[in-house]
This record gives sequence, C-alpha cells and structure tokens, in this order.
Amino acid sequence: MASGKTLTIAIMDAPYESANSTTALRIIHAALEKGHNVNVFAYEGAVNLTMKAQQPHPNPVKGTSVEQEQHPTTKDWIASLFKLAGKKSVKLDWVNCGLCVDERGAGDWVEGPRRGGPKDFLDASSASDATLVIPTK
Amino acid sequence: MAKYLLIESRDPFDSSDSGYFSELVQGISNRGNETTLFLVQNGVLPARKGSKHSETIAKLIKGKVKVLADGFSLKERAIHNLADGLEIADIDRLVELLLEPGTKAIWH
Repeated sequence: MASGKTLTIAIMDAPYESANSTTALRIIHAALEKGHNVNVFAYEGAVNLTMKAQQPHPNPVKGTSVEQEQHPTTKDWIASLFKLAGKKSVKLDWVNCGLCVDERGAGDWVEGPRRGGPKDFLDASSASDATLVIPTK
Repeated sequence: MAKYLLIESRDPFDSSDSGYFSELVQGISNRGNETTLFLVQNGVLPARKGSKHSETIAKLIKGKVKVLADGFSLKERAIHNLADGLEIADIDRLVELLLEPGTKAIWH
C-alpha cells in the first residue's frame, strides 16, 4: 500500500566502480517495497547506470559462461525497480542529468528514466519527505 | 533538538577523514541532538570486535550516539563478532530512519 511519502536520492558514481551504486539501489528497492515514492537524480557517471546496451559477460579466468556467471547489470536492476514501482502503485521518477548524458554519449536507456537537470533535483528535494545525497569518494 | 542520521560508508584504515567524521558525529550528539550513525559498506569494518577502530565505535556509543551496522555489509565481510553496544540493522531500517520527520541525513 502506498505510504504517500517520498524519498529523493542523488547518486553520482558510475556503474561497476563503487559499492555506493549497490547501496543506492538497495535503498531505492527497500523504499519502493515499503510503498514510498522515490525520486532519483543521477548525476555525472551515474547516468551510465541505465544504459540499455550493457551486457553481462563470462569469466575467462574461472572458465564460466555468461549463464553460469549470472553477472548482474545495473540497467536490469533499474528496469526491475520500475516494474516494482508499478506493482506497488508508487512513483519512481529517475532523472538522468542531461549535460552529463551528452558529455558521455550515454543517452540510450532502458524504459523509465527521463532527461533533466539540477533544478529537477532541487524541486524533487523541496517536495520530498527526505533527501539523501550519495557523493563520489 | 534535531535528529541526525549520519551514514559512514568508508573504511577508516583507508580513509583518514573517517576520524573527522566520527568527531562530527560526536559533536552533533554533544549538542543535544538525537544522533544515529549507520555503518554500511566498508564503514562496517570497525564493527568487528578487536579492530583498532572499534574503540571509536565504543566511545560514540558511550557518548549517546546510536550506532547501527548494515547486516548485508557485515555478512559480506564475515563480521560476526561485533563490538559491544552495536546493533545490526537492515536497509529497511535505514529507509525508516531517513523518513522520520525532521531528520537530517549526511552520507560519508
């Protein structure tokens, strides 16, 4: 059941670089599960998290295949978060910083995110019950 | 009195400013604020009993700071024997704390 509460999170780390990404996705997942709306502002390298062309890979060192490796991709995780939001009847508003996207050529996303800017983060934060900024190290 | 939620994600053996962050946490508590420190990722490494930095955790707990450690991060790092007074929490608890009215959250 929807709680009516909204959490806003800003993230900046690129995928596969820092445990911050995993923790941020865990927080978003937990908030949606609890019926909260979530706004995400993906800034800098974090705009790569939603890139549609991400592919899992085998592990030649261990000799394991793609299937055996079960390598998780951030785009699949985020796509599942959008599905979860729909199932819970809550809103996940994922904004990728447009300038950061252009700099990185990172505009081909899974379904769900939208393009925006720092003003979206300010507006989201002002209208939220809580805001968490997870900066890069 | 305000509510503060401080989240420590860094390993104090790797990040020299973790000491300053602990001082900030204690300072906020000393000013009469309700203060919670949530350890996550490599920030849980001082939670292992016997770690040099577990003394910092013990001091914060004595200084009226509520210290929680993310269970997922503890399991990943095989930390079973916890410093006294420290409480295991899950990410749901972090979300609850974030959404408590009036809470100011700071990530390090």
